Amino acid sequence: MSKVLMKGNEAVGAAAIKAGCKYFFGYPITPSSEIPEYMSKALPEAGGVFLQAESEIAAINMVYGAGGAGARCMTASSSPGISLKQEGITYAAGAEIPCVIVNMMRGGPGLGSIQPGQADYFQSTRGGGNGDYRTLCYAPASIQEIVDLIIMGFDKADYYRNPVLICADGMIGQIMEAVEFKEPKKVDLPPKEWATTGTKEERKPNIINSLYLQAEALQIHNSNLEKKYKLMEENEVMYEAYGLEEAEVVLVAYGTTSRIVKTAMKQAEQKGIKVGIIRPITLWPFPYDVFNTIGNNAKGILTVEMSAGQMVDDVKIGIAGKLPVYFNGTQGGMVPTPASILADIEKIAGGTK
Amino acid sequence: MTIVYEKSKGLTDVPFHYCPGCTHGVIHKLVAETLVELGVLGEAIGVAPVGCSVLAYNYFNCDMQEAAHGRAPAVATGIKRALPDKVVFTYQGDGDLASIGSAEIVHAAHRAEKITTIFVNNAIYGMTGGQMAPTTLVGQKTTTSPLGRDEDLCGRPIRIAEMLATINGAKFVERVSVDTPANVRKAKKAIKRAFECQIKGEGFAIVEVLSSCPTNWGLTPVKALDWLRDNMIPYYPLGNFRDFEEGK
Repeated sequence: MSKVLMKGNEAVGAAAIKAGCKYFFGYPITPSSEIPEYMSKALPEAGGVFLQAESEIAAINMVYGAGGAGARCMTASSSPGISLKQEGITYAAGAEIPCVIVNMMRGGPGLGSIQPGQADYFQSTRGGGNGDYRTLCYAPASIQEIVDLIIMGFDKADYYRNPVLICADGMIGQIMEAVEFKEPKKVDLPPKEWATTGTKEERKPNIINSLYLQAEALQIHNSNLEKKYKLMEENEVMYEAYGLEEAEVVLVAYGTTSRIVKTAMKQAEQKGIKVGIIRPITLWPFPYDVFNTIGNNAKGILTVEMSAGQMVDDVKIGIAGKLPVYFNGTQGGMVPTPASILADIEKIAGGTK
Repeated sequence: MTIVYEKSKGLTDVPFHYCPGCTHGVIHKLVAETLVELGVLGEAIGVAPVGCSVLAYNYFNCDMQEAAHGRAPAVATGIKRALPDKVVFTYQGDGDLASIGSAEIVHAAHRAEKITTIFVNNAIYGMTGGQMAPTTLVGQKTTTSPLGRDEDLCGRPIRIAEMLATINGAKFVERVSVDTPANVRKAKKAIKRAFECQIKGEGFAIVEVLSSCPTNWGLTPVKALDWLRDNMIPYYPLGNFRDFEEGK
């Protein structure tokens, strides 16, 4: 299939439909509103249902209901809206309901701004809602990648019976790029025998639930969930990395920021500084192991984020004290500049940071 | 020997956890019998609330989903949109529906969502230990209104049936009580009609059922029913507020 020029948010909708998503429940919020706008037209044409909920809370609970009934469904929002959805996300994780949730992150806390941000990292990778749970969390850096990750994300959600987060940012939602919609690979998935589709009085009732009043029963349920999360950690880590063996400075960034650090890397290399890059594609599970492949020339790691430095914690876990970890960040919807990143690279390489 | 009465096959064999004298059991029975009589038990998907009837999913002999506090109408919306041919119902208490879930119930009604809601109003929070509900009567003592509900402080109790009857998409709205055998029979009729409203594709249907809470009211089961009759019914009048065949 040939490439088409598409806005990120619209590509999100097109990718979901390509993945077989039949139900979209959402509530408009900048900078993700083009997703429900696109779905309101395209989904009915594809034989599905678009419904504008009365709130983000209602939307995620509609996803819970439809997902529990066995349907492929999605919701999308932006940071303050995702905060509201956290109640539904922990319930969906507890009841093991497959669904895809797209977050076009913006500045926070509170209403924050409508410009791109990456400060929902803790919320996305540490749970966000109450209880011990994890969600697969993908961080696309281009329109092509968000399309590919959404198509794959629906399969992962069904495979693991778990919510899947797509953590992009306002920049990815708002820019236009050429994108190709490849035919999704056929994945063998177990039948949804657990779904509430009516017993027809032929089988025992199916119950979608996250309540375990007996402490022992909840512990068993939670340790089963943990086993599932362990499998995800073993099998689902995705990242891009290069130049690590020779690098004097290693940059770590994801999403929009990872595009900016690549410009700074080229500028640094013109000045004769060897730079390596680690770009996590899954924020959870985080690619800790790749930090072991950093060579002996490295003097330090520079983490770049549109936040006060939330991914820094994971980078520190990954490098385990073997190298100093520095941070370059922006907030409030500001985007880091290659110049400021280059200045930090030079300081780390020159031993003055 | 002729069987004159047996437990509905719409209920499982699990014993109820409800307190002695609580009328949830009666209301469960009416819903279960209705599903069987309408021949839709195998097509039914229920949504259980948070509160005393949180374990309803163990009692109804059909597919069930547990919802977060107040979100049952949104969950039911998701199920019904995905499976429009199924019969979807929510079973909710007054804390769940009239307080934290007031937005969800209003908008499910507003969309004329083709679901049926059984709303159990006992004027108090039962499961959490007898705190004030939006439906608690003025002067009624609870653990969070120890001197009695003060109208100046927290307003007058909310009349859900009347409120929802003002919404176009609510096609069947009736308030019933289960304090006497005669009223139980009327309640059954209303519940049946509320499911017929959905099955005929008319729109949203709700039955508000006045129910007792002997434990948290501090009354014996019989006195609790007297209290319901003497105090609740005058403020929450029984009757039909909207029927889908009106004007036909």
